[in-house]
Amino acid sequence: MEGSILQYDFIVKGLMGAVFASLTAGLAGTYIVSKRMVFLSGGITHASFGGIGIGYFFGFNPVLGAAIFGILSALGVEYLSVRQKIREDSAIGILWAFGMATGIIFIFITPGYSPNLMSYLFGSILTVTNADIIALGIMSLVLILYFGIFYRTILYISFDESFARTYSSYVNIFKYVTTALVALTIVLNIRMAGVVLVLSLLTIPPNIAMIFTRVYSKVIVWSVVAGFIGTAAGYVISYFAGIPVGATIIFTLVIIWVIVKLIFQIGRKSKNAKCKMQTNHLPITNNH
Amino acid sequence: MAYLLEMNSLSASYDNNVVLEDVNLTVNENDFIGVIGPNGGGKTTLLKVILGLIEPVNGKIIFNNDLINGNSIGYLPQISTGDANYPVTVTDVILSGMMIRKKIISRMSAIDKKRAHEIINELGLSGMENSSLTELSGGQLQRVFLGRAIIGNPKLLLLDEPGNFVDSTFENDFYEKLKELNSRMAILMVSHDIGMISAHVKSYACVNRKLHNHPSSEISNEQLLAYGCPIQLITHGEVPHTVLKSHS
Repeated sequence: MEGSILQYDFIVKGLMGAVFASLTAGLAGTYIVSKRMVFLSGGITHASFGGIGIGYFFGFNPVLGAAIFGILSALGVEYLSVRQKIREDSAIGILWAFGMATGIIFIFITPGYSPNLMSYLFGSILTVTNADIIALGIMSLVLILYFGIFYRTILYISFDESFARTYSSYVNIFKYVTTALVALTIVLNIRMAGVVLVLSLLTIPPNIAMIFTRVYSKVIVWSVVAGFIGTAAGYVISYFAGIPVGATIIFTLVIIWVIVKLIFQIGRKSKNAKCKMQTNHLPITNNH
Repeated sequence: MAYLLEMNSLSASYDNNVVLEDVNLTVNENDFIGVIGPNGGGKTTLLKVILGLIEPVNGKIIFNNDLINGNSIGYLPQISTGDANYPVTVTDVILSGMMIRKKIISRMSAIDKKRAHEIINELGLSGMENSSLTELSGGQLQRVFLGRAIIGNPKLLLLDEPGNFVDSTFENDFYEKLKELNSRMAILMVSHDIGMISAHVKSYACVNRKLHNHPSSEISNEQLLAYGCPIQLITHGEVPHTVLKSHS
Protein backbone atom coordinates (compact mmCIF):
# COMPACT_ATOMS: atom_id res chain seq x y z
CA MET A 1 0.00 0.00 0.00
CA GLU A 2 2.71 2.38 1.05
CA GLY A 3 4.71 1.44 -2.01
CA SER A 4 1.85 2.22 -4.37
CA ILE A 5 1.26 5.62 -2.73
CA LEU A 6 4.92 6.43 -3.13
CA GLN A 7 4.76 5.25 -6.70
CA TYR A 8 1.63 7.30 -7.31
CA ASP A 9 3.31 10.35 -5.78
CA PHE A 10 6.36 9.77 -7.96
CA ILE A 11 4.25 9.52 -11.12
CA VAL A 12 2.24 12.66 -10.33
CA LYS A 13 5.38 14.58 -9.47
CA GLY A 14 7.07 13.33 -12.62
CA LEU A 15 4.10 14.20 -14.82
CA MET A 16 3.62 17.66 -13.33
CA GLY A 17 7.37 18.21 -13.54
CA ALA A 18 7.38 17.21 -17.19
CA VAL A 19 4.47 19.55 -18.03
CA PHE A 20 5.92 22.55 -16.22
CA ALA A 21 9.50 21.93 -17.35
CA SER A 22 8.45 21.68 -21.00
CA LEU A 23 6.24 24.79 -20.75
CA THR A 24 8.90 26.98 -19.13
CA ALA A 25 11.75 25.58 -21.20
CA GLY A 26 9.73 25.88 -24.43
CA LEU A 27 8.90 29.55 -23.90
CA ALA A 28 12.28 30.67 -22.54
CA GLY A 29 14.14 28.34 -24.91
CA THR A 30 12.48 29.74 -28.05
CA TYR A 31 13.57 33.20 -26.94
CA ILE A 32 17.22 32.31 -26.28
CA VAL A 33 17.63 30.11 -29.36
CA SER A 34 16.06 32.69 -31.73
CA LYS A 35 18.09 35.48 -30.21
CA ARG A 36 21.31 33.44 -30.24
CA MET A 37 21.67 33.78 -26.48
CA VAL A 38 22.60 30.15 -25.83
CA PHE A 39 26.09 30.94 -24.63
CA LEU A 40 24.83 33.67 -22.30
CA SER A 41 22.30 31.21 -20.90
CA GLY A 42 25.11 28.71 -20.31
CA GLY A 43 26.92 31.42 -18.35
CA ILE A 44 23.83 32.14 -16.27
CA THR A 45 23.35 28.44 -15.52
CA HIS A 46 26.86 27.90 -14.28
CA ALA A 47 27.02 31.22 -12.43
CA SER A 48 23.96 30.15 -10.47
CA PHE A 49 25.93 27.21 -9.09
CA GLY A 50 27.81 29.80 -7.02
CA GLY A 51 24.48 30.70 -5.42
CA ILE A 52 23.81 27.04 -4.61
CA GLY A 53 27.14 26.82 -2.74
CA ILE A 54 26.55 30.05 -0.85
CA GLY A 55 23.03 28.88 0.04
CA TYR A 56 24.44 25.70 1.55
CA PHE A 57 27.14 27.52 3.47
CA PHE A 58 24.84 30.12 5.02
CA GLY A 59 22.02 27.68 5.52
CA PHE A 60 19.32 29.10 3.26
CA ASN A 61 17.54 27.45 0.35
CA PRO A 62 20.16 26.76 -2.35
CA VAL A 63 17.59 27.30 -5.12
CA LEU A 64 17.00 30.81 -3.77
CA GLY A 65 20.75 31.39 -3.79
CA ALA A 66 20.93 30.11 -7.37
CA ALA A 67 18.03 32.36 -8.41
CA ILE A 68 19.69 35.47 -6.97
CA PHE A 69 23.04 34.59 -8.53
CA GLY A 70 21.48 33.67 -11.86
CA ILE A 71 19.35 36.80 -12.19
CA LEU A 72 22.13 39.15 -11.05
CA SER A 73 24.64 37.67 -13.49
CA ALA A 74 22.08 37.77 -16.34
CA LEU A 75 21.24 41.40 -15.69
CA GLY A 76 24.94 42.22 -15.27
CA VAL A 77 25.87 40.83 -18.66
CA GLU A 78 22.85 42.46 -20.34
CA TYR A 79 23.68 45.79 -18.72
CA LEU A 80 27.31 45.68 -19.79
CA SER A 81 26.40 44.61 -23.33
CA VAL A 82 23.82 47.42 -23.64
CA ARG A 83 26.60 49.81 -22.65
CA GLN A 84 28.92 47.99 -25.08
CA LYS A 85 31.75 48.27 -22.64
CA ILE A 86 32.75 44.61 -22.67
CA ARG A 87 33.67 41.73 -24.90
CA GLU A 88 30.53 39.82 -24.19
CA ASP A 89 31.79 36.30 -24.86
CA SER A 90 34.83 36.76 -22.62
CA ALA A 91 32.69 38.20 -19.82
CA ILE A 92 30.33 35.22 -20.04
CA GLY A 93 33.28 32.80 -20.02
CA ILE A 94 34.66 34.42 -16.85
CA LEU A 95 31.25 34.44 -15.18
CA TRP A 96 30.76 30.77 -16.10
CA ALA A 97 33.94 29.63 -14.39
CA PHE A 98 33.64 32.08 -11.50
CA GLY A 99 30.18 30.72 -10.59
CA MET A 100 31.39 27.11 -10.64
CA ALA A 101 34.47 27.99 -8.57
CA THR A 102 32.42 29.88 -5.98
CA GLY A 103 29.96 27.00 -5.71
CA ILE A 104 32.67 24.38 -5.24
CA ILE A 105 34.58 26.45 -2.65
CA PHE A 106 31.49 27.12 -0.53
CA ILE A 107 30.23 23.55 -0.68
CA PHE A 108 33.72 22.35 0.26
CA ILE A 109 34.02 24.62 3.32
CA THR A 110 30.47 23.91 4.53
CA PRO A 111 31.01 21.95 7.77
CA GLY A 112 29.44 18.56 8.40
CA TYR A 113 27.45 16.57 5.88
CA SER A 114 28.50 17.23 2.31
CA PRO A 115 25.32 17.83 0.28
CA ASN A 116 24.42 15.73 -2.65
CA LEU A 117 26.50 17.61 -5.19
CA MET A 118 25.72 15.15 -7.95
CA SER A 119 21.99 15.87 -7.80
CA TYR A 120 22.63 19.55 -8.53
CA LEU A 121 25.14 18.86 -11.26
CA PHE A 122 23.18 16.17 -13.08
CA GLY A 123 19.63 16.46 -11.76
CA SER A 124 17.57 13.97 -9.82
CA ILE A 125 13.81 13.53 -9.64
CA LEU A 126 14.21 12.11 -6.12
CA THR A 127 15.39 15.43 -4.74
CA VAL A 128 12.62 17.43 -6.45
CA THR A 129 10.31 18.66 -3.69
CA ASN A 130 6.66 19.64 -3.92
CA ALA A 131 7.79 23.22 -3.43
CA ASP A 132 9.99 22.90 -6.53
CA ILE A 133 7.02 21.67 -8.56
CA ILE A 134 4.81 24.50 -7.28
CA ALA A 135 7.54 27.04 -8.10
CA LEU A 136 7.79 25.65 -11.64
CA GLY A 137 3.99 25.77 -11.95
CA ILE A 138 3.93 29.45 -10.94
CA MET A 139 6.81 30.12 -13.33
CA SER A 140 4.83 28.48 -16.16
CA LEU A 141 1.87 30.74 -15.44
CA VAL A 142 4.05 33.86 -15.29
CA LEU A 143 5.74 33.03 -18.59
CA ILE A 144 2.46 32.20 -20.35
CA LEU A 145 0.97 35.52 -19.22
CA TYR A 146 4.11 37.49 -20.05
CA PHE A 147 4.52 36.02 -23.54
CA GLY A 148 0.75 36.10 -24.10
CA ILE A 149 0.36 39.79 -23.31
CA PHE A 150 3.60 41.06 -24.83
CA TYR A 151 4.02 38.49 -27.62
CA ARG A 152 4.66 40.90 -30.48
CA THR A 153 6.66 43.36 -28.42
CA ILE A 154 9.01 40.58 -27.31
CA LEU A 155 9.18 39.16 -30.84
CA TYR A 156 9.95 42.49 -32.52
CA ILE A 157 12.49 43.67 -29.95
CA SER A 158 14.41 40.42 -30.04
CA PHE A 159 14.22 40.21 -33.86
CA ASP A 160 15.59 43.67 -34.56
CA GLU A 161 16.64 45.50 -31.45
CA SER A 162 18.12 48.56 -33.12
CA PHE A 163 15.00 49.10 -35.23
CA ALA A 164 12.84 48.68 -32.12
CA ARG A 165 14.81 51.47 -30.48
CA THR A 166 13.55 53.87 -33.14
CA TYR A 167 9.98 53.59 -31.89
CA SER A 168 10.14 52.28 -28.33
CA SER A 169 11.82 53.55 -25.22
CA TYR A 170 11.02 50.27 -23.47
CA VAL A 171 13.57 48.12 -25.31
CA ASN A 172 15.99 47.86 -22.39
CA ILE A 173 13.25 47.15 -19.84
CA PHE A 174 11.93 44.29 -21.97
CA LYS A 175 15.44 42.93 -22.46
CA TYR A 176 16.14 42.95 -18.73
CA VAL A 177 12.79 41.46 -17.73
CA THR A 178 12.92 38.70 -20.34
CA THR A 179 16.52 37.82 -19.52
CA ALA A 180 15.69 37.71 -15.79
CA LEU A 181 12.75 35.37 -16.52
CA VAL A 182 15.05 33.17 -18.62
CA ALA A 183 17.52 33.04 -15.71
CA LEU A 184 14.74 32.09 -13.30
CA THR A 185 13.47 29.40 -15.68
CA ILE A 186 16.95 27.90 -15.89
CA VAL A 187 17.42 27.91 -12.11
CA LEU A 188 14.04 26.30 -11.41
CA ASN A 189 14.79 23.54 -13.91
CA ILE A 190 18.22 22.79 -12.39
CA ARG A 191 16.70 20.34 -9.88
CA MET A 192 15.33 18.26 -12.74
CA ALA A 193 18.11 18.32 -15.29
CA GLY A 194 21.12 19.54 -13.30
CA VAL A 195 23.50 22.46 -13.86
CA VAL A 196 25.44 20.68 -16.57
CA LEU A 197 22.44 19.58 -18.67
CA VAL A 198 19.64 22.08 -18.04
CA LEU A 199 20.64 24.31 -20.95
CA SER A 200 19.92 21.52 -23.43
CA LEU A 201 16.39 21.25 -22.03
CA LEU A 202 15.90 24.82 -23.28
CA THR A 203 17.85 24.63 -26.53
CA ILE A 204 17.04 21.25 -28.08
CA PRO A 205 13.20 21.57 -28.28
CA PRO A 206 13.22 24.88 -30.26
CA ASN A 207 15.83 23.41 -32.56
CA ILE A 208 13.55 20.44 -33.19
CA ALA A 209 10.64 22.81 -33.93
CA MET A 210 12.70 25.05 -36.23
CA ILE A 211 13.42 22.10 -38.51
CA PHE A 212 9.85 22.32 -39.80
CA THR A 213 8.47 25.76 -38.85
CA ARG A 214 9.77 29.32 -38.84
CA VAL A 215 6.70 30.94 -37.30
CA TYR A 216 7.64 32.13 -33.80
CA SER A 217 4.37 31.12 -32.11
CA LYS A 218 4.50 27.69 -33.71
CA VAL A 219 8.12 27.25 -32.64
CA ILE A 220 6.98 27.88 -29.05
CA VAL A 221 4.09 25.38 -29.27
CA TRP A 222 6.15 22.63 -30.89
CA SER A 223 9.02 23.24 -28.45
CA VAL A 224 6.65 22.61 -25.57
CA VAL A 225 5.35 19.45 -27.27
CA ALA A 226 8.84 18.16 -28.06
CA GLY A 227 10.03 19.09 -24.58
CA PHE A 228 7.14 17.19 -23.01
CA ILE A 229 7.72 14.06 -25.05
CA GLY A 230 11.44 14.17 -24.26
CA THR A 231 10.96 14.84 -20.55
CA ALA A 232 8.16 12.31 -20.02
CA ALA A 233 9.96 9.59 -21.97
CA GLY A 234 13.17 10.46 -20.15
CA TYR A 235 11.43 9.97 -16.78
CA VAL A 236 10.03 6.61 -17.68
CA ILE A 237 13.30 5.32 -19.09
CA SER A 238 15.28 6.71 -16.16
CA TYR A 239 12.85 5.06 -13.71
CA PHE A 240 13.07 1.62 -15.25
CA ALA A 241 16.73 1.72 -16.16
CA GLY A 242 17.81 3.39 -12.92
CA ILE A 243 19.94 6.03 -14.63
CA PRO A 244 20.02 9.80 -13.83
CA VAL A 245 16.94 11.58 -15.14
CA GLY A 246 18.68 14.71 -16.54
CA ALA A 247 20.97 12.69 -18.77
CA THR A 248 18.11 10.47 -19.92
CA ILE A 249 15.94 13.45 -20.87
CA ILE A 250 18.71 15.09 -22.89
CA PHE A 251 19.56 11.79 -24.57
CA THR A 252 15.92 11.30 -25.55
CA LEU A 253 15.63 14.87 -26.87
CA VAL A 254 18.74 14.51 -29.02
CA ILE A 255 17.37 11.27 -30.49
CA ILE A 256 14.06 13.05 -31.28
CA TRP A 257 16.03 15.87 -32.93
CA VAL A 258 17.98 13.40 -35.09
CA ILE A 259 14.82 11.50 -36.12
CA VAL A 260 12.89 14.69 -37.01
CA LYS A 261 15.89 16.05 -38.91
CA LEU A 262 16.23 12.82 -40.90
CA ILE A 263 12.50 12.66 -41.70
CA PHE A 264 12.43 16.21 -43.03
CA GLN A 265 15.70 15.78 -44.89
CA ILE A 266 14.37 12.70 -46.67
CA GLY A 267 11.03 14.45 -47.29
CA ARG A 268 12.81 17.42 -48.86
CA LYS A 269 15.04 15.23 -51.01
CA SER A 270 12.14 13.25 -52.42
CA LYS A 271 10.30 16.53 -53.15
CA ASN A 272 13.37 17.85 -54.99
CA ALA A 273 13.72 14.60 -56.89
CA LYS A 274 10.08 14.86 -57.98
CA CYS A 275 10.67 18.40 -59.26
CA LYS A 276 13.71 17.27 -61.20
CA MET A 277 11.80 14.38 -62.75
CA GLN A 278 9.08 16.77 -63.83
CA THR A 279 11.52 19.12 -65.51
CA ASN A 280 13.17 16.19 -67.25
CA HIS A 281 9.83 15.21 -68.68
CA LEU A 282 9.18 18.64 -70.13
CA PRO A 283 8.93 18.36 -73.90
CA ILE A 284 11.59 20.26 -75.83
CA THR A 285 9.60 22.65 -77.97
CA ASN A 286 12.34 24.91 -79.17
CA ASN A 287 13.88 22.34 -81.48
CA HIS A 288 14.90 24.06 -84.65
CA MET B 1 4.39 73.93 -48.28
CA ALA B 2 4.39 72.76 -44.67
CA TYR B 3 7.68 71.92 -43.04
CA LEU B 4 8.13 68.56 -41.38
CA LEU B 5 11.28 69.18 -39.44
CA GLU B 6 13.84 71.88 -38.98
CA MET B 7 17.36 71.61 -37.59
CA ASN B 8 18.90 74.77 -36.21
CA SER B 9 22.67 74.97 -35.64
CA LEU B 10 22.60 71.36 -34.59
CA SER B 11 25.72 69.50 -33.44
CA ALA B 12 26.03 65.84 -32.51
CA SER B 13 28.90 63.74 -31.26
CA TYR B 14 29.95 60.20 -30.38
CA ASP B 15 32.10 59.93 -27.26
CA ASN B 16 33.26 63.54 -27.55
CA ASN B 17 34.08 63.22 -31.27
CA VAL B 18 32.05 65.84 -33.07
CA VAL B 19 30.35 64.17 -36.03
CA LEU B 20 27.92 66.89 -37.04
CA GLU B 21 28.57 70.55 -36.53
CA ASP B 22 26.28 73.53 -36.92
CA VAL B 23 23.85 71.75 -39.20
CA ASN B 24 20.84 73.61 -40.58
CA LEU B 25 18.33 71.59 -42.54
CA THR B 26 14.65 71.94 -43.29
CA VAL B 27 12.60 69.07 -44.62
CA ASN B 28 9.29 70.01 -46.20
CA GLU B 29 6.37 67.88 -47.31
CA ASN B 30 7.09 66.02 -50.55
CA ASP B 31 10.80 66.76 -50.44
CA PHE B 32 13.10 64.10 -51.85
CA ILE B 33 16.52 64.89 -50.49
CA GLY B 34 19.62 62.89 -51.34
CA VAL B 35 22.14 63.03 -48.51
CA ILE B 36 25.63 62.41 -49.86
CA GLY B 37 29.09 62.59 -48.37
CA PRO B 38 32.15 60.50 -47.54
CA ASN B 39 32.12 57.51 -45.23
CA GLY B 40 32.28 58.69 -41.64
CA GLY B 41 31.02 62.12 -42.71
CA GLY B 42 27.96 61.91 -40.45
CA LYS B 43 25.22 60.81 -42.87
CA THR B 44 23.90 58.00 -40.68
CA THR B 45 24.30 60.17 -37.58
CA LEU B 46 22.02 62.73 -39.22
CA LEU B 47 19.32 60.06 -39.55
CA LYS B 48 19.87 58.89 -35.99
CA VAL B 49 19.39 62.42 -34.69
CA ILE B 50 16.10 62.65 -36.59
CA LEU B 51 15.03 59.27 -35.16
CA GLY B 52 15.85 60.45 -31.66
CA LEU B 53 18.51 57.77 -31.16
CA ILE B 54 21.20 60.41 -30.62
CA GLU B 55 20.60 63.57 -28.62
CA PRO B 56 22.10 66.69 -30.17
CA VAL B 57 24.81 68.29 -28.02
CA ASN B 58 24.04 71.73 -29.37
CA GLY B 59 21.24 73.36 -31.28
CA LYS B 60 17.84 71.80 -31.72
CA ILE B 61 15.54 69.91 -33.98
CA ILE B 62 11.94 71.03 -34.27
CA PHE B 63 9.31 68.62 -35.54
CA ASN B 64 6.00 69.49 -37.07
CA ASN B 65 3.15 68.27 -34.85
CA ASP B 66 2.21 65.70 -37.48
CA LEU B 67 5.50 63.91 -36.96
CA ILE B 68 5.14 63.78 -33.21
CA ASN B 69 1.49 62.74 -33.17
CA GLY B 70 1.64 59.16 -34.31
CA ASN B 71 2.13 59.85 -38.01
CA SER B 72 5.70 59.14 -37.38
CA ILE B 73 8.82 58.50 -39.34
CA GLY B 74 9.44 55.45 -41.52
CA TYR B 75 12.96 54.07 -41.43
CA LEU B 76 14.85 51.65 -43.67
CA PRO B 77 18.17 50.92 -41.92
CA GLN B 78 21.46 50.57 -43.79
CA ILE B 79 21.74 46.84 -43.75
CA SER B 80 19.05 44.87 -42.13
CA THR B 81 20.00 44.62 -38.52
CA GLY B 82 17.47 41.84 -38.07
CA ASP B 83 18.72 38.28 -38.17
CA ALA B 84 17.48 36.61 -41.39
CA ASN B 85 17.57 33.24 -39.64
CA TYR B 86 15.16 34.44 -36.98
CA PRO B 87 11.88 32.50 -36.91
CA VAL B 88 9.71 35.35 -38.13
CA THR B 89 7.42 35.65 -41.17
CA VAL B 90 7.21 38.36 -43.84
CA THR B 91 3.84 39.48 -42.45
CA ASP B 92 5.26 39.73 -38.92
CA VAL B 93 8.21 41.86 -40.03
CA ILE B 94 5.96 44.24 -41.97
CA LEU B 95 3.51 44.43 -39.06
CA SER B 96 6.34 45.40 -36.74
CA GLY B 97 6.30 48.79 -38.47
CA MET B 98 2.93 49.41 -36.78
CA MET B 99 4.64 49.32 -33.38
CA ILE B 100 5.25 53.04 -33.68
CA ARG B 101 1.63 53.49 -32.69
CA LYS B 102 1.36 50.63 -30.23
CA LYS B 103 4.07 51.40 -27.70
CA ILE B 104 3.96 48.48 -25.21
CA ILE B 105 1.08 46.07 -25.66
CA SER B 106 1.15 45.14 -29.27
CA ARG B 107 -2.01 43.34 -30.25
CA MET B 108 -2.58 43.71 -33.97
CA SER B 109 -6.15 44.47 -35.03
CA ALA B 110 -7.87 43.12 -38.13
CA ILE B 111 -7.33 46.55 -39.69
CA ASP B 112 -3.58 46.33 -39.08
CA LYS B 113 -3.49 42.89 -40.69
CA LYS B 114 -5.51 44.11 -43.66
CA ARG B 115 -3.07 46.99 -44.05
CA ALA B 116 -0.14 44.55 -43.95
CA HIS B 117 -1.85 42.54 -46.66
CA GLU B 118 -2.23 45.66 -48.83
CA ILE B 119 1.46 46.52 -48.39
CA ILE B 120 2.45 42.95 -49.30
CA ASN B 121 0.43 43.20 -52.52
CA GLU B 122 1.68 46.70 -53.27
CA LEU B 123 5.30 45.58 -53.00
CA GLY B 124 4.78 42.47 -55.10
CA LEU B 125 5.29 40.04 -52.26
CA SER B 126 1.95 38.22 -52.53
CA GLY B 127 2.20 34.53 -51.79
CA MET B 128 5.10 35.11 -49.41
CA GLU B 129 3.00 36.22 -46.42
CA ASN B 130 4.11 33.31 -44.28
CA SER B 131 7.56 32.80 -45.76
CA SER B 132 10.56 33.06 -43.47
CA LEU B 133 13.25 35.57 -44.35
CA THR B 134 15.73 32.87 -45.37
CA GLU B 135 13.48 31.98 -48.31
CA LEU B 136 13.72 35.48 -49.86
CA SER B 137 16.13 37.01 -52.36
CA GLY B 138 18.01 40.20 -51.50
CA GLY B 139 15.53 42.34 -53.44
CA GLN B 140 12.53 40.72 -51.78
CA LEU B 141 14.12 41.12 -48.36
CA GLN B 142 14.63 44.80 -49.02
CA ARG B 143 11.02 45.23 -50.05
CA VAL B 144 9.95 43.54 -46.81
CA PHE B 145 11.95 46.09 -44.83
CA LEU B 146 10.58 48.90 -47.00
CA GLY B 147 7.12 47.55 -46.18
CA ARG B 148 7.95 47.74 -42.49
CA ALA B 149 9.02 51.36 -42.97
CA ILE B 150 5.86 52.49 -44.80
CA ILE B 151 3.05 50.44 -43.21
CA GLY B 152 2.41 53.21 -40.66
CA ASN B 153 1.83 55.76 -43.48
CA PRO B 154 4.70 57.97 -42.34
CA LYS B 155 5.02 61.58 -43.41
CA LEU B 156 8.76 61.21 -43.62
CA LEU B 157 10.70 58.21 -44.89
CA LEU B 158 14.39 57.82 -44.02
CA LEU B 159 16.47 55.51 -46.19
CA ASP B 160 20.04 54.63 -45.27
CA GLU B 161 22.10 53.41 -48.22
CA PRO B 162 19.26 51.48 -49.85
CA GLY B 163 21.55 50.69 -52.79
CA ASN B 164 23.70 48.49 -50.59
CA PHE B 165 21.47 45.50 -50.54
CA VAL B 166 19.20 45.96 -53.49
CA ASP B 167 19.95 43.49 -56.23
CA SER B 168 20.38 45.05 -59.62
CA THR B 169 17.31 43.43 -61.15
CA PHE B 170 15.09 45.19 -58.66
CA GLU B 171 16.99 48.47 -58.58
CA ASN B 172 14.78 50.21 -61.11
CA ASP B 173 11.57 48.90 -59.59
CA PHE B 174 12.79 50.04 -56.21
CA TYR B 175 13.44 53.62 -57.31
CA GLU B 176 10.18 53.71 -59.23
CA LYS B 177 8.46 52.68 -56.02
CA LEU B 178 10.23 55.47 -54.12
CA LYS B 179 9.10 58.00 -56.70
CA GLU B 180 5.52 56.86 -56.21
CA LEU B 181 5.87 56.98 -52.42
CA ASN B 182 7.27 60.49 -52.68
CA SER B 183 3.81 61.74 -53.70
CA ARG B 184 2.55 60.76 -50.22
CA MET B 185 5.65 61.32 -48.06
CA ALA B 186 8.89 63.25 -47.91
CA ILE B 187 12.01 61.13 -48.41
CA LEU B 188 15.48 61.64 -47.03
CA MET B 189 17.87 59.18 -48.66
CA VAL B 190 21.45 58.67 -47.57
CA SER B 191 23.86 57.33 -50.16
CA HIS B 192 27.51 57.52 -51.04
CA ASP B 193 26.66 56.70 -54.63
CA ILE B 194 25.49 59.92 -56.22
CA GLY B 195 24.98 58.28 -59.60
CA MET B 196 22.43 55.98 -58.12
CA ILE B 197 20.29 58.67 -56.57
CA SER B 198 20.78 61.44 -59.12
CA ALA B 199 17.85 60.58 -61.33
CA HIS B 200 15.34 60.62 -58.53
CA VAL B 201 16.07 63.20 -55.87
CA LYS B 202 14.84 66.78 -55.94
CA SER B 203 17.69 68.25 -53.94
CA TYR B 204 20.96 67.30 -52.30
CA ALA B 205 22.53 67.79 -48.92
CA CYS B 206 26.27 67.16 -48.65
CA VAL B 207 27.34 66.01 -45.22
CA ASN B 208 30.91 65.99 -44.06
CA ARG B 209 30.65 67.13 -40.48
CA LYS B 210 28.97 70.27 -41.80
CA LEU B 211 25.95 70.16 -44.05
CA HIS B 212 25.53 72.03 -47.32
CA ASN B 213 22.27 72.19 -49.19
CA HIS B 214 22.21 72.06 -52.97
CA PRO B 215 19.17 72.39 -55.13
CA SER B 216 19.09 69.62 -57.68
CA SER B 217 19.58 72.13 -60.52
CA GLU B 218 23.25 72.52 -59.53
CA ILE B 219 23.98 69.02 -60.70
CA SER B 220 21.65 68.31 -63.55
CA ASN B 221 20.51 64.91 -64.59
CA GLU B 222 21.84 65.55 -68.08
CA GLN B 223 25.29 66.21 -66.67
CA LEU B 224 25.21 62.98 -64.74
CA LEU B 225 23.70 60.91 -67.49
CA ALA B 226 26.31 62.14 -69.94
CA TYR B 227 28.90 60.08 -68.12
CA GLY B 228 26.89 56.91 -68.48
CA CYS B 229 28.31 55.67 -65.23
CA PRO B 230 28.08 56.56 -61.54
CA ILE B 231 29.80 59.81 -60.65
CA GLN B 232 32.32 59.16 -57.92
CA LEU B 233 33.87 62.57 -57.47
CA ILE B 234 32.20 65.79 -56.53
CA THR B 235 34.24 68.64 -55.11
CA HIS B 236 33.28 71.92 -53.61
CA GLY B 237 34.83 75.24 -54.62
CA GLU B 238 38.58 75.59 -54.98
CA VAL B 239 39.88 72.10 -54.35
CA PRO B 240 43.30 71.38 -55.82
CA HIS B 241 43.13 68.15 -57.75
CA THR B 242 44.89 66.09 -60.36
CA VAL B 243 43.08 63.80 -62.72
CA LEU B 244 45.29 61.13 -64.23
CA LYS B 245 45.00 60.05 -67.84
CA SER B 246 43.07 56.88 -68.38
CA HIS B 247 45.05 53.80 -69.34
CA SER B 248 45.04 53.13 -73.06
